[in-house]
Amino acid sequence: MTNRSLSLLTAYQRKDYWGDKMVVVYSENQKLACEMLSKARELSAELNEKVTAVLIGNGKDQLSSELIIHGADKVVMTGASLSDLKAEEVSDLLCALAKEEGAGLMMIGSSKDGKELAARVSSKLGVGCSTDSKKLYMRDGSICSERVVFSGNGVAVERFTSRPAVVTVPPKAYDPLPADVGRQGETVRKELPYGTYGSRTVKVDPMLSEGANVEDAEKIVSCGRGFKNSADIKLIEELAGALKGYTLGCSRPIAADLKWLSEDHWIGLSGHKVKPKLYVACGISGQVQHVAGMRDSGLIVAINKDANAPIFKVADYGIVGDLYQVLPKLINAIKART
Amino acid sequence: MNIVVCAKQVVDVGEIKVNPSSGKPMLEGIPKKISDIDKNACEEAIKVREKVGGKVTVLTVGTPDAKERMKELLAMGADNGVLVTVPDKADHLVTSTLISKAIQKMGGADLIICAEASIDQFSGQIGPRVAGLLNIPQLTYCYKVTAEPQKLTAERNLGDRLVTSESSYPVLVTVTKEVNQPRLPSLMQILGSAKKPIEVWGTSDIGAADLKPGIETIDIKGVAMSRKNIVFKDDLDESVSKLADSLSKEGLLG
Repeated sequence: MTNRSLSLLTAYQRKDYWGDKMVVVYSENQKLACEMLSKARELSAELNEKVTAVLIGNGKDQLSSELIIHGADKVVMTGASLSDLKAEEVSDLLCALAKEEGAGLMMIGSSKDGKELAARVSSKLGVGCSTDSKKLYMRDGSICSERVVFSGNGVAVERFTSRPAVVTVPPKAYDPLPADVGRQGETVRKELPYGTYGSRTVKVDPMLSEGANVEDAEKIVSCGRGFKNSADIKLIEELAGALKGYTLGCSRPIAADLKWLSEDHWIGLSGHKVKPKLYVACGISGQVQHVAGMRDSGLIVAINKDANAPIFKVADYGIVGDLYQVLPKLINAIKART
Repeated sequence: MNIVVCAKQVVDVGEIKVNPSSGKPMLEGIPKKISDIDKNACEEAIKVREKVGGKVTVLTVGTPDAKERMKELLAMGADNGVLVTVPDKADHLVTSTLISKAIQKMGGADLIICAEASIDQFSGQIGPRVAGLLNIPQLTYCYKVTAEPQKLTAERNLGDRLVTSESSYPVLVTVTKEVNQPRLPSLMQILGSAKKPIEVWGTSDIGAADLKPGIETIDIKGVAMSRKNIVFKDDLDESVSKLADSLSKEGLLG
């Protein structure tokens, strides 16, 4: 008897176990869905389960084939009658699908929508959920997930004792499989039940964006509360210009409170998480919530007038000094060396 | 209007030290506090009560010492507290079940306010889980909340777009730090909070004695973070020159 069948046998003896037929993948973000499919294929081989991708709402027909060529065995299209894709109804659909098809693992894209959805789905299914799973694997017959906790000070290893295991997966955790255009899969339309709720979407506005793509940036120059007013941000723009191939970042107060930069620049626990080759933090004290967003950077440089600022503890190089004096000198020094 | 604020006592993540030999975070003896954004949740609850009337109850699942921290929220203006004793093994499934059962024991709530996430775990699961268990609408990531007697309107930050939603009651709302500035209680309010009642309920009091978690945390690993920590504190020109040379050597200029 293999390990797997042994573990299944014990699992079947528990009343909470009912899913072992498929891995379900769902994200509104098609790129992220394809990344998750790659991991789903790997795990499904180990779990001996099929991989089903879900498309919810109208007008998604053309997305189905892309999911199949990136690893889905089956695509379920549902919720065609929903005009307002709120978490309440969408989680009902996913719960119904999980039960009907016997999901052993549900992977949901870790956008803000995905996280609230995954939590609601897990509560309705009475199972555990691992948010922002960085690593997902089988160990001794159980699904395990690793995630960052305590604002980046630790990594929790979580073992699922309930099925389906629900996880949310952030972008870029896995590389998508190369497109296999010859891959066959079935696409089914399915009407699934959902409840009615007393909430409604009144309007949707685009997020004000300056087009900063901090997640893909190789070099990031970031500003924080050390800057006295918004016009001074031109100083880091100049530094960034001298460094070439840069993107501007910032800490929470600059984007969320002062709104000197749009939120696409915001780096931190509730902003973007980045890993450039070079990260220059100017006038950022280094609160754990900010560090959690940039700790994976290649090389970290800090400029701060407070020698005791926590940012120096996570920096490779630092200068203690007034950024209004340091930055112009640094810009010149870099220009002289390039 | 019956308003419930869900609040959590957490370790102060800024104070966590790393064990030099194991590389693991040391969680013993770290000061505890109310999770930051829970104070915004409490402030919002008080504002709603000031506008439409009612009562604000602080609900915590935690260890007995959480009672002291809950008083901070009572000092801000919440009316009373309920502390549900956390079982030995608790995950988000267990905690959210205890919260929803406690709310049912209170006779339900019209409005439940949670933070978007707690500062230690940052999962953001509790709000949506409680809404799911109670089968009520959830308006998440709210940076502006407008409560009226018959409906609540919220402006929400969904990361890639801003969504305005409204809901009838009962509804669960999760708020971000931007929603308000939590008030600082006066000395009189702090002293007065000692007289406000905090009930302590066990899991059996709310019919949840044999809950099983859906996830076990089997380890908290350290995060390897070795940095050079070279800080130039000399004459500014010299420091700048050394930094630029270092960046050049690292191949990061150009």
